[in-house]
Amino acid sequence: MRTLPPAEAPSVSGRGFAATLCLALVSAVFLLTGFTWADAWTAADKAVLASMTLDKLPPAPRDPSNAVAAVPAAAQFGKRLFEEVRFSRNREVSCASCHEPTRQFQDGLPVGKGVGTGSRRTMPIAGVAHGPWLFWDGRKDSLWSQALGPLEDSVEHGSNRTRIAKVLRAHYQPEYEALFGPMPDLAGLPDDAGPQGSAAEREAWQVMAAHRREHVNRVFANLGKAIAAYERTLTPGESRFDRYVRAVMARDRDGQQILSSQEVNGLRLFVGKAQCATCHNGPLLTDQHFHNTGVPARDPLRPDRGRAAATAKVLRDEFNCLGAFSDAGPGACQELRFMVTDDPALEGAFKTPSLRNVAQRAPYMHAGQIASLEGVVAHYARSPAAAVGHSELAHEGQGHTERKPIRLSESEVRDVAAFLQTLSGPIGVAE
Amino acid sequence: MFLWATRQRKAGHHAPVTRLETTWRTTMSRHFISMVLLTTALTACGSPPKDLDLSLRHASTQGRYVVQVEPPAAYPAINQIHAWQVKLSSPDGTPIRDARIAVDGGMPQHGHGLPTRPQVTRELADGMYLMEGMKFSMTGWWEIKLAIQAANGSDTAVFNTVVGSPAARQ
Repeated sequence: MRTLPPAEAPSVSGRGFAATLCLALVSAVFLLTGFTWADAWTAADKAVLASMTLDKLPPAPRDPSNAVAAVPAAAQFGKRLFEEVRFSRNREVSCASCHEPTRQFQDGLPVGKGVGTGSRRTMPIAGVAHGPWLFWDGRKDSLWSQALGPLEDSVEHGSNRTRIAKVLRAHYQPEYEALFGPMPDLAGLPDDAGPQGSAAEREAWQVMAAHRREHVNRVFANLGKAIAAYERTLTPGESRFDRYVRAVMARDRDGQQILSSQEVNGLRLFVGKAQCATCHNGPLLTDQHFHNTGVPARDPLRPDRGRAAATAKVLRDEFNCLGAFSDAGPGACQELRFMVTDDPALEGAFKTPSLRNVAQRAPYMHAGQIASLEGVVAHYARSPAAAVGHSELAHEGQGHTERKPIRLSESEVRDVAAFLQTLSGPIGVAE
Repeated sequence: MFLWATRQRKAGHHAPVTRLETTWRTTMSRHFISMVLLTTALTACGSPPKDLDLSLRHASTQGRYVVQVEPPAAYPAINQIHAWQVKLSSPDGTPIRDARIAVDGGMPQHGHGLPTRPQVTRELADGMYLMEGMKFSMTGWWEIKLAIQAANGSDTAVFNTVVGSPAARQ
């Protein structure tokens, strides 16, 4: 038997020095040899670039909690439900009101506007089936469960469960029953009742018989599953960046002209000292995780706790993967079972958004706090302290041991912002 | 790499050279040295430390146990949740039963923890445990830290794993 001493943490000061040295070395090499930037992708660089292209995006993972997730008829039905305004309190708001199909499935507003005004930025939908957690704070663990949230939210659709079930029965009974079997009898139920609504709606919900609440919940959950089947079909399309990387791999010098030298420099910074790729990695340019990066609070008096306040919500959500309306066996709900709940880093943390099509989606951050991409990149270079929790970005003179402060000149900020313009492509939409 | 470079230059030293070859050699030599420098620099920037102990079986920190961790045979994709096995024995090789093992870890070079909270959920056989909920959200160097409580007392064990890029695996 061979025993080895335990691994020791490498010296911190040593690595800090190495980092400074390596930047100096890289600069020196380029100055000495007169390499053009486009020539200078090493094998290691190329592997990183290739890992970020759409070619490397696997099919969306199965959602065991939704039996109709991959059923085309469910997706077709879901598209109609996505555009249905009659579920909403004022009969004017649909999912598509904020997730506008012609605008990358978002609305271009700092915070969503349904029957009222929300507190966070409307999220894009393309590629969303690849992440385990939904919403900026990940308070939902499936696309179908996510779709139910806004319907009952007082400032989005402002509706309630019995109203929604009755609208569904009145207008979509055949389509519903073809997918989910007989629709329960809803006769005699109050028009407006639900556990999330006004006091009167909550009271009406409480006095309903338990089995009838269960019937309504089942219809409500199935509505979400059809909408999720539609949303799963929305995928980001190829961008100039993807074509550039293909040209780099093929050593196609002409093909590489698809990006300007400024954009290529921005890409180099993106995967290098700007540290963007620390979180914005993989084909969707997101790690699908939560980070506090000191984004200013929209309302400084009531800073948003983000992920820290969401883990308890998803654990007790009756529509989560382990709940009665999930189609998954308990063994399949691993994201929920092994969710991080007590890490101080979750305080004020928000989900890393995909950067696919980001240039078409101003304003930025979880509550539209920053108007332009240059402003966003400048935010990371500035790395302000967080309004709640602690920013994980390193600051000058602070005790961060492993991460170095992001230092960018004004022209480098512009270069990174220019690179972000290369990530736009068409969105694939199922007919 | 440096060794190889030295040999190459020595081999060329005694050969008769033309002017054209000299120019070519000078260019290539400069090109080669810069590539070596560049590789070294980039390695220092983003790669795991070279002396990283990647062994998946070694003694615990205080020597109370020998710990072996086993990833799945087919290495999981980025962000794919999966299970490892942990094999625990005393230094003389006797399997350690009924251990309680807590799991922690993260990416030292990025200053963040694991994206999930893995748990050792059951003992599959004597001294063989199932560690569920493992997930790596990006390529690079990850630490897996185990805190062990069992018959021989409390101890810890740290393992390093370098998650490759999808491109490199194909």
